[in-house]
Order: sequence, then C-alpha cells, then structure tokens
Amino acid sequence: MNLLPFFQWCEATTLGTAIRETTWAFAVIESVHLLALCVIGGSVLVVDLRLLGVGLRHQRINDLARDAQPWLNASLAVMLLTGVGLFLSEPTKCYYSTPFWFKMSSLALAIMFSYTVRRRVVFAEEGRISPMACTIVGVVSLALWFGVGAGGRWIGFSG
Amino acid sequence: MSLLSFCQWLADTPGSIALHESLFMYPLVESVHVLTLCLFVGMSTMLDLRLLGLTLRRVPLTDITNRLFPWMFAGFFVMVVTGVLLFYAIPVRSYQSIWFRMKVVLLICAGLNAWIFHATIYRSVRDWDLSTAVPPRARLAGVLSLVFWTGIIVFGRMIAYNWFDCDRPQSALVVTVAGCTAEQQGHK
Repeated sequence: MNLLPFFQWCEATTLGTAIRETTWAFAVIESVHLLALCVIGGSVLVVDLRLLGVGLRHQRINDLARDAQPWLNASLAVMLLTGVGLFLSEPTKCYYSTPFWFKMSSLALAIMFSYTVRRRVVFAEEGRISPMACTIVGVVSLALWFGVGAGGRWIGFSG
Repeated sequence: MSLLSFCQWLADTPGSIALHESLFMYPLVESVHVLTLCLFVGMSTMLDLRLLGLTLRRVPLTDITNRLFPWMFAGFFVMVVTGVLLFYAIPVRSYQSIWFRMKVVLLICAGLNAWIFHATIYRSVRDWDLSTAVPPRARLAGVLSLVFWTGIIVFGRMIAYNWFDCDRPQSALVVTVAGCTAEQQGHK
C-alpha cells in the first residue's frame, strides 16, 4: 500500500497549510508537545522505576499507578493532538524520514503495551505479579517510550 | 574582557568548532538534553503536583523527596552538562539570543524558588508530611516551580529560531535585550 498520496493530501489540508504558513505556529505547538513530554515522562517514570524496585519503593505499585494514570492519559492526549498538528505541517518530509517511521512504530507499540500488559500488571493486586515480571514490564515500557522520544527528536535532525 | 568577547574567544576554540560542525555529536548532545527533561522536569512536575494535592496524595512528601531526589539530581546534572556543551558549540549566537537570556533569568528564579522552599517551609515538613492540606507557602512554591519550568522549556525551544538574531535587522528593544552590536546591525 502506497501511503504517499495520503500524506500529500494531509499536507494540503487547511490546518496543515495554516500551521506551515504561520511563523509562530509550529514553534508554539512544538513547545506544548515538549511540555506534555515532561508530564508523560514523570507519570511513566514514577511507575516504571517502582516496577524496577527503585524510586518510590515504599509504595504499592497499584497505588502509584492509580495516581499516575490520569496524568499519563491526559499528557498522551495532548501529545497526540499537538503531534498531529506538527505532522500536518510537513507530512511529505515525514514520509521520507526514517526517524518518523521508527517513532510511529515505537509509539504504536508503546500505546498497545501500556494499555494492555502494563496496565494489567500495575493495577494487579499486591503480590500477584512476580518481581521478575514487574522488572521486565518496566524495562520494556521504558525502552518503548525511549524509542518514541529519541525517534521524535531525530525527526528534526533529518532532511 | 566583556562577556561578548569571551564568547567570541570561546567560539574560536577547537572544541567549540568541532562540536558545532560535528554531524552526530551535536544532535546527540541535544537529544540527551531534551530527553533528560523526562527525568528531571518530569519528576519535579510530579512533586509540584503532589504539593498541589493533584497526584500521589497518599505518598508522604518526604518519601517523594528522599526516593526521587537522587534521580532528579542525576537528571539535573546531565541537563547542565549537556546544556553547557550546547552553549559551548554556539557561544555568540546563544549569548545574544533573547530566548537564552530569558531562560537564564527563569533558571535563576527556579533555583531561588527551590532554595527558599527548602530553607523555609520544608523545614516543618514533619507536620504536614502525610497531609494533603499542604501549607499555602508550599503550594505557592509548587505553582511557581511549574510556571518557571514551563517558561524555561518554551524559551529553550525558541532558541532554535532565528527571528530575533542579531544578524537580522531588529527593533531597538530587541537590540537592547539581545545586546546586538552596532556593527552587527549597521552593515545589514
């Protein structure tokens, strides 16, 4: 399936054109994207570090997860919204960017993993999941989100 | 020696030129600088939100500070080192960037805010460690921290744009704030 025509259609949308042609738009949207990065980073790290047995290890995992989840959901929503805006301003560049495809693959995996396996593990009753399984889930989650962040930053350096 | 001539001298050092011209080192340093935001600002945001009673309400504040500070300090250290390297790679333009200057002012504000918090209200933390009724002064410190770091991140991102660079014609205000020289403005 060739996605290039779809990407070119995206580039011609009113929103994409408006962001591209307004001097401040990309910079402002990018800044909000970065601010949400901090929140998503904090809310993921607090729980993932705990899964690894460090950080807030005096707390129960499911307590931390319950507190962090709304912030993860909200910051992810802001990331996706601003991310779509950034994408619409330069879809053709993204189409030919390896980091872009790397980031999108990591993102799809990170979201799927976070809302299935990781969700079950962090919300499980205390002691039902072995420490080994917790460690693995924490490492996978951190690795996937790191891929999203590193790939995202590298889109700007390519092309 | 003025700060500007120091930056000009710095820009001519071999290390600065090498970092500026490197294909991978500069992007790598910048990526580390940005991604460490998650570690330092991410966790400091969680702490600020806890002060405001918006998350981790059942976690004692001292547990957060004791257990998360080592991670935050590590993140902060990496941010400072990579930040200094980014400045070292492009000294003159950074020094004359209004965004960089505003970022430095906010960094000082954020530092003072954290210092005042720890030197005053945090000393009585035992009295409100487990409480969600955090004293107003501590809440204020949380709000100020969120505001300062938001500004630091936004201004930091804006350094990348050349709208207010000294090698373009600028208004009197920008010329003053950025410290552009008459030479830079006159010959354009």
